[in-house]
Amino acid sequence: MPFKKKKKIETPPVSTASLPDIVFMLLFFFMVTTTMREVTLLVKLKKPQATEIQKLVRKDLTTYIYIGSPMSAALGNEPRIQLADQLASVGDVQQWVILQREEVNEAERPKFTVSIKSDIDAKMGLISDIKQELRKAQALKLSYSANPASSPEEMFKVYR
Amino acid sequence: MASKKRPVPEINAGSMADIAFLLLIFFLVTTTMDVDKGLLVKLPPWTEETSDEQDIKEKNIFVVLVNSQDQLLIEEEYATLEDVRRLAKEFIDNNGDGSCQDCRGLRDPNSSDNPKKAVISIQNDRGTSYKIFVSVRNELLGAYSELRNDIAQRKFGRAYDKLSEEDRLTINEVYPQFISEAEPVKIGG
Repeated sequence: MPFKKKKKIETPPVSTASLPDIVFMLLFFFMVTTTMREVTLLVKLKKPQATEIQKLVRKDLTTYIYIGSPMSAALGNEPRIQLADQLASVGDVQQWVILQREEVNEAERPKFTVSIKSDIDAKMGLISDIKQELRKAQALKLSYSANPASSPEEMFKVYR
Repeated sequence: MASKKRPVPEINAGSMADIAFLLLIFFLVTTTMDVDKGLLVKLPPWTEETSDEQDIKEKNIFVVLVNSQDQLLIEEEYATLEDVRRLAKEFIDNNGDGSCQDCRGLRDPNSSDNPKKAVISIQNDRGTSYKIFVSVRNELLGAYSELRNDIAQRKFGRAYDKLSEEDRLTINEVYPQFISEAEPVKIGG
């Protein structure tokens, strides 16, 4: 029985000419959506959960105050304040917030918001001190940063 | 005097993808997509005097105390977090003097006169934890947003956040939001 020699079907090579286009598309997407991480966190931060949260749309009009116990064990466990890239004390907050607001375009200064990103285990004494400093600095728009919870029940679970 | 045209050698674009990939990976690593979200509140302007509450009747103030053990005392009775929203809604919507046409409250004479006069005051200890404070704050904001949503459904047949700016203002007039965060005191415990 004569075997017919199978004709070899050559698969044409896949054209990779459009690969750069695809990659560039992705590249531009990430370039546009990216925001460089501005600060390195020096404090441990576990944000609380909440349901009634609103987005802070304008990042350029927002300034952040981080509160939590320091990452480095040498600094103890007591919650500390982090402004920009360094740990600070309550007395520094007023001056710093005023300086941050100076950088905002004058017409948009009323929309200037301070976002408090605090660890759930921080005590209200420290946060109230900061609130007083913010009032002195006339920075009255405040946001308690929180992660979204799907329902109040989910939020309450933390306490049981 | 035309110069002789020389053929330009084609540039090999094969490594273009590699360069683009390199950039892509850089941006992938550095990107942070998180949008900051939080409870928006407004602080009162700074005054030297600490007299916060003046000519407000006792019954128009809804006092939420949180002590350093994270226990709640609402209107002088023990409460849990689950109660906050309901109690706050009852208080705001009470409509004791009947001047609020859109309210459906119980009209208890010992509770608030109307939503325009109702003030909620949170008082916490210096030792109160941040998480319970945020939860209480959240529940109080939630009470207002539920009431606003209800009336939006009744009046306009839509949820509050789907309304136009104008309609929202009319609803905000019915239920203006007065939540005061008092300065912390020592509340024992």
